[in-house]
Amino acid sequence: MLGFLSRRLLIAIPTIILISIFVFSLQKLLPGDPVLVMAGEERDPDLIAALREKYRLNDPIFVQYFAWAGNALRGDLGISLRTNQPVTELIGEKLPVTIQLAVMALIIAMVIGIPAGVISAYKKGTWVDWLANLIALSGLSVPNFWLGIMLILLVSVKLGWLPASGYQPFSEDPLQSIRTMLMPALVLGTATAATLMRHTRSAMLSVLQSDYVRTARAKGLREHTVLIKHALRNALVPVVTVTALLFGELLAGAVLTEQIFTIPGFGKLVVDAVFNRDYAVVQGIVLCTGIAFIFMNILADAAYRLLNPRMRDT
Amino acid sequence: MTAIPDTQSFAPDPVLPKRKSRVWAKFKRSPSALLGGVIVLFFVIVALLAPFLPIPGPLETDWGAVRKAPSAAHLFGTDEIGRDVLSRMIWGAQASLLAGVVSVLIAVAMGVPLGVIAGYRRGWTDAAISRVTEALLAAPFLILAIALAAFLGPSLTNAMIAIGVSATPVFIRLARAQTLSVMTEDYVESARAIGVGHVALIWRYILPNIFPPILVQGTLTIATAIIAEAALSFLGLGQQPPAPSWGAMLNVAKNFLEQAPWMALYPGMAIFLVVLGFNLLGDGLRDALDPRDN
Repeated sequence: MLGFLSRRLLIAIPTIILISIFVFSLQKLLPGDPVLVMAGEERDPDLIAALREKYRLNDPIFVQYFAWAGNALRGDLGISLRTNQPVTELIGEKLPVTIQLAVMALIIAMVIGIPAGVISAYKKGTWVDWLANLIALSGLSVPNFWLGIMLILLVSVKLGWLPASGYQPFSEDPLQSIRTMLMPALVLGTATAATLMRHTRSAMLSVLQSDYVRTARAKGLREHTVLIKHALRNALVPVVTVTALLFGELLAGAVLTEQIFTIPGFGKLVVDAVFNRDYAVVQGIVLCTGIAFIFMNILADAAYRLLNPRMRDT
Repeated sequence: MTAIPDTQSFAPDPVLPKRKSRVWAKFKRSPSALLGGVIVLFFVIVALLAPFLPIPGPLETDWGAVRKAPSAAHLFGTDEIGRDVLSRMIWGAQASLLAGVVSVLIAVAMGVPLGVIAGYRRGWTDAAISRVTEALLAAPFLILAIALAAFLGPSLTNAMIAIGVSATPVFIRLARAQTLSVMTEDYVESARAIGVGHVALIWRYILPNIFPPILVQGTLTIATAIIAEAALSFLGLGQQPPAPSWGAMLNVAKNFLEQAPWMALYPGMAIFLVVLGFNLLGDGLRDALDPRDN
């Protein structure tokens, strides 16, 4: 496993370098001269020259890239124009909020998606299967920001059951924290539940046709035991892999959910940064999510190897 | 090497007419695929007929009918400045469908040639294209689209470019994998053996055979692109006001949830239905084109 992990980490290095080149190039897409924007309306030539020097804009582009990448390697992703805080510090502050939201969304998605997939596969071809598939496809088709708005209207405005917005840190008041995050997590987890349902169904259908399930049934085991202990345990192997990948997507999907429910997380940070033209923060977030995605991929592969004995020695 | 047109007739034609009719027959037998097709067709027709329908203009304001609930005069009610919600939805369908289709065309136009070149040339060309694809795939689709739209500037055109570029890696990977698979087929081997040139080989033998999965992926990606455009417009990075767009309508509607819930209900339902339509259509096409089911 150690050998596998080191190989994968080595392969990840060129990909991370390419992501960093892409992220660095983003600022070159900006129309006009960024220094003129920074210099304000007076456009003092001395200030412009000083800014060009400070941001190494007089240097060739590859020198600029190496300076930027060198700083990024040391954890310096620049300073936020809006808050004057280091970008890494800002990301570090907001990330735990989004991780809590993503973990809750993933739990909700697993609780709904996996049993639905098992039932759908077991009842293949019946109206139950058809209905479960239709609901899953609807879950994938519904825009989560609209679902959020509709849930606020129903659950908060009409019924008054849950708060429509706000955030309570888990460390301060766990119950209230879960209460405020419940609706956003449900919204964020809908599409993930649908994806998990489809993957579980597909994996279960394949496992239910295998010889060992037929043998287990022939031995006279109860259907419940065959389904849960024999079939599901093996069907879950690819599902766990998908789940690890979905967690990365949840972090990205939180952008809109956090915006609707005014949760001060990673997603809201990116939107606020976009509207305040805080480009260093946008770049930092794209770089961090890209790298996080690569590590989630490696973790997913590692989990697959751990769970699948046939892959362990390869 | 150049193409030798007069020898191409010796090579077997990979796309059989029989297969096309079998695919159509399978597609017709699937009620969900047909339903998807009908939903998509409905929205396309409504969007195209928008200028000819007896509805108020999408920018026409009526200060005497601000936030009016649905009635015979305004079937889906009016918005915060008295504009007809139904009219804005119908005109907004143009923006959404255009964004969905154009974004995917951008992604296909960039992704398929790169994927085919990577699969066809292999070696370092493949390695270089694949590494760039992996790097782009590592950045989450929506974050990438938001970042690109933010740097390019807010507009529908830039949103389409941002979504198209973000969706490109999927098409590169798919076209590459399909090309690698098609290259091992006997008909490609025989075409090469009789001296068919690179361009002709790609044009006549590879592209027609990698088209079905590209079509399926394209249909499903239109659904994703429509949601992405709505999301960007919702955030203020897509279609700019006062031009109608479903996402931008939802952005305004969220401020009037208690007073005018219809402002949020109908545009969201439209996004949901059209995306569901494309997803059903894509799933149906995938099943119909899957040779394992024949």
